Amino acid sequence: MSRITSYFKSLLLIEMFKGMGLTIRYMFQPKYTMRFPMEHIPKSNRFRGLHALRRYPNGEERCIACKLCEAVCPALAITIDSAPRASDGQRRTTRYDIDLFKCIYCGFCEESCPVDSIVETSIHEYHFEQRGENVVTKQQLLAIGDRFEQDIAAERAQDAAYR
Amino acid sequence: MAAELWLVFWTLLKILAITIPVILAVAMFVYWERKVIGWMHVRMGPNKIGPLGLFQAFADVVKLLLKEVVVPANANRFLFFLAPLLALVPALAAWAVVPFGQGLVLANVNAGVLYLLAMSSLGVYGIILAGWASNSRYALLGAMRSAAQVISYELAMGMALICVLVLAGSLNLTAIVDAQAGPKGLFDWFWLPLLPVFVIYWISGVAETNRAPFDVAEGESEIVAGFHVEYSGSAFAIFFLAEYANMILISFLAAVLFLGGWLSPFPVSWGWIGTPGFGWLLVKAFVFSFLFLWFRATFPRYRYDQIMRLGWKVFIPITIVWVLVAGCMKYFGWVTIGG
Repeated sequence: MSRITSYFKSLLLIEMFKGMGLTIRYMFQPKYTMRFPMEHIPKSNRFRGLHALRRYPNGEERCIACKLCEAVCPALAITIDSAPRASDGQRRTTRYDIDLFKCIYCGFCEESCPVDSIVETSIHEYHFEQRGENVVTKQQLLAIGDRFEQDIAAERAQDAAYR
Repeated sequence: MAAELWLVFWTLLKILAITIPVILAVAMFVYWERKVIGWMHVRMGPNKIGPLGLFQAFADVVKLLLKEVVVPANANRFLFFLAPLLALVPALAAWAVVPFGQGLVLANVNAGVLYLLAMSSLGVYGIILAGWASNSRYALLGAMRSAAQVISYELAMGMALICVLVLAGSLNLTAIVDAQAGPKGLFDWFWLPLLPVFVIYWISGVAETNRAPFDVAEGESEIVAGFHVEYSGSAFAIFFLAEYANMILISFLAAVLFLGGWLSPFPVSWGWIGTPGFGWLLVKAFVFSFLFLWFRATFPRYRYDQIMRLGWKVFIPITIVWVLVAGCMKYFGWVTIGG
């Protein structure tokens, strides 16, 4: 008996029509596509993207060359050299390189920083055109920090209550 | 002499008036296919070139025409270039007998259905030659599959057409449409008395055009692209054009043979909505061509032996039985023919 019913089921194409019903329902559903350059997926304020070095409002760079970030970095992506600054003898970095190919974006550098100098911004769209551009220098990091200071500060302020 | 020249010129104009819209329809059909399949996959489909991506097909055409046509070193050059033409010419020539309205037909041939069957079978020579001339295993396998498939399904399709011929009593497509006219509108069409045969005709049509789920001739996952694996650029574009022109042709034929062509689905007494016209044919053909895309987005590819089983052991017996039933319907007058 079940053989006969299954025979008629296949002859009447019932399962085919079921499948077609499914696809036609999906046809009218809202689409998942994100039209990337025009639309962006909402990001958390804790997103860890490209690095930046911040400054105090008076323009003084925050970094005091304590090298905690260099020490904590699990990927050994950070390289720091330091020396007393010529003008006032303060301990400052002379070199602050991050190799973005090594970096795993764990955020430990940001957590370890006592002066909130090194941060990871929410920038995730960047690329390199030349070999060697993957190592970002102190000047570049400070420039990123200067350019996006408002965003960085806003994201930190939003998260401050939970830290 | 002048009258003959005028006739030639006038016929050429009519041919252009059919082929150019067909080619444009192919372009828009490719776009529509990508859109529909995208929507069914919960994607958006092409939406970058032109408003709503409408110019996508034209961008593709330009791309294909500008590409290099690579000829394999061991290919038979003459046959290699002949094959796409052999695929395209029947696909376009078949449109000569398709009636678009009362008297709106390029060639009102008495044996129009026979001509159509001949043309749709000729198209497979292009595929076989393409597979053979490419001198590639994948292409040859695809060509052999396609040949076997088209031959098997041609039988079922021919049997289905016989049912229509028995009821209409004519091989002329205009006469077939006229035989479906009647006061009951859509219930006078042949799809109702010939329902199983109608479904079989449609599935065979999908198989004839080597479309999913019967696209073993292309079978990307098994034989890369089948018969046209060695073709590129404009030669590939011609195969593409032929395939889609055939799909649109099969859709038009399904509308003409089973759904009353340009007749309105509503009774004639209902005013303008009941008047027959080219628009109705267009709507019906559009629904059928949409079914092609719907199938493609829904069904996985048949296995080769399943295709053969379906064609020989299911479709042909059913159609043979229904030829008998149709004969009885006609003989005992169970259906009204021609209003």
